[in-house]
Amino acid sequence: MSDASLNASLIREDDASFGDYFALLKPRVMSLVVFTALVGLLAAPTGVHPVIGFCAILFIAIGGGASGALNMWWDADIDQVMKRTKSRPIPAGKVDKGEALSLGLALSGLSVIMLALATNIFAGAFLAFTIFFYVVIYTMWLKRATPQNIVIGGAAGAFPPVIGWIAATGTMSIEPWLMFALTFLWTPPHFWALALFMRNDYDLADVPMLTVTHGRRATRKHILVYTVILAAFAIATGFTGVGGPIYLAVAVVLNSLFLKGAVEIWRRDEDICEADNFKAERSFFKLSLLYLFLHFGAILVEAVLKPYGMGGW
Amino acid sequence: MSLRKEHELHTRRKGRNMGVGLLLAGFVVLVLALTVVKLTSSNFTFPKMDSEEQN
Repeated sequence: MSDASLNASLIREDDASFGDYFALLKPRVMSLVVFTALVGLLAAPTGVHPVIGFCAILFIAIGGGASGALNMWWDADIDQVMKRTKSRPIPAGKVDKGEALSLGLALSGLSVIMLALATNIFAGAFLAFTIFFYVVIYTMWLKRATPQNIVIGGAAGAFPPVIGWIAATGTMSIEPWLMFALTFLWTPPHFWALALFMRNDYDLADVPMLTVTHGRRATRKHILVYTVILAAFAIATGFTGVGGPIYLAVAVVLNSLFLKGAVEIWRRDEDICEADNFKAERSFFKLSLLYLFLHFGAILVEAVLKPYGMGGW
Repeated sequence: MSLRKEHELHTRRKGRNMGVGLLLAGFVVLVLALTVVKLTSSNFTFPKMDSEEQN
């Protein structure tokens, strides 16, 4: 290519770098997808060849990234008014909306076909359904229509361990759905805590977040109710096929801390929060990240130890 | 807008092109590895040709 092709009309000072395109794939969400899908794959009773296992995780991650790019394409208007999202590549003016759409569609097709070829059709179809669910059902339809948007979005984020399991076994069973339920029930308290201390963001974007539609008092109550259900479920999972003594010990400690945090959030009023800059909400949010990582980590440890007669019950 | 010989834009685009190139090369290696694993697995069988099925 000669410099003749770089005429003034084509030159953008903020021309996208490789990293900007990568940022469209929401790398932090992708890391959660990789980890939970890996746990689903390794907790499955049938072993997979390492190369096939690597391909499965890679294509599930690319599928997750493609959903992220399509989400950024659709939500570009609200991303530019929210402090948390206005530095994303589209609102920052580095990548065009059309480019995000093309990248998202191309990677969706690639990931679904390659996962089906590398593992089985069922896994590929389930990945396609997950992308459809996140982009069409959540992003396009329900995110701006209902205050329960977070609950629905949580379902999309909870599918990866199920896909990982199907990629390994080619069949469905109850165990991956226990992992699904763990992420699904964890998402609302995690995001509502964030909404409490990033409050102006969702107001400005006109997204019907629970804090806006039902008020902050109701959101605190919702966090507590979901945390109680989550804690009961997470501890009960310890007695199932994916659990074991290590998982149970981790679950008891983390859920006690999480419940304590939720009760504290429920008891606080806005004046106290303003005074300490939402200290309890921020630490609950941080704990929630550790919570999910350690629960899945414990499931992984149980699965890895099982062949040596140590994991599980 | 005039361009210096080594405009920052060149560096950025070079990085982008290198990134895409490496990804494509990685993808080729991955497909090759996957093919080898699939073909050498114990439960692999060649699909029957139509003419063979008729015989």
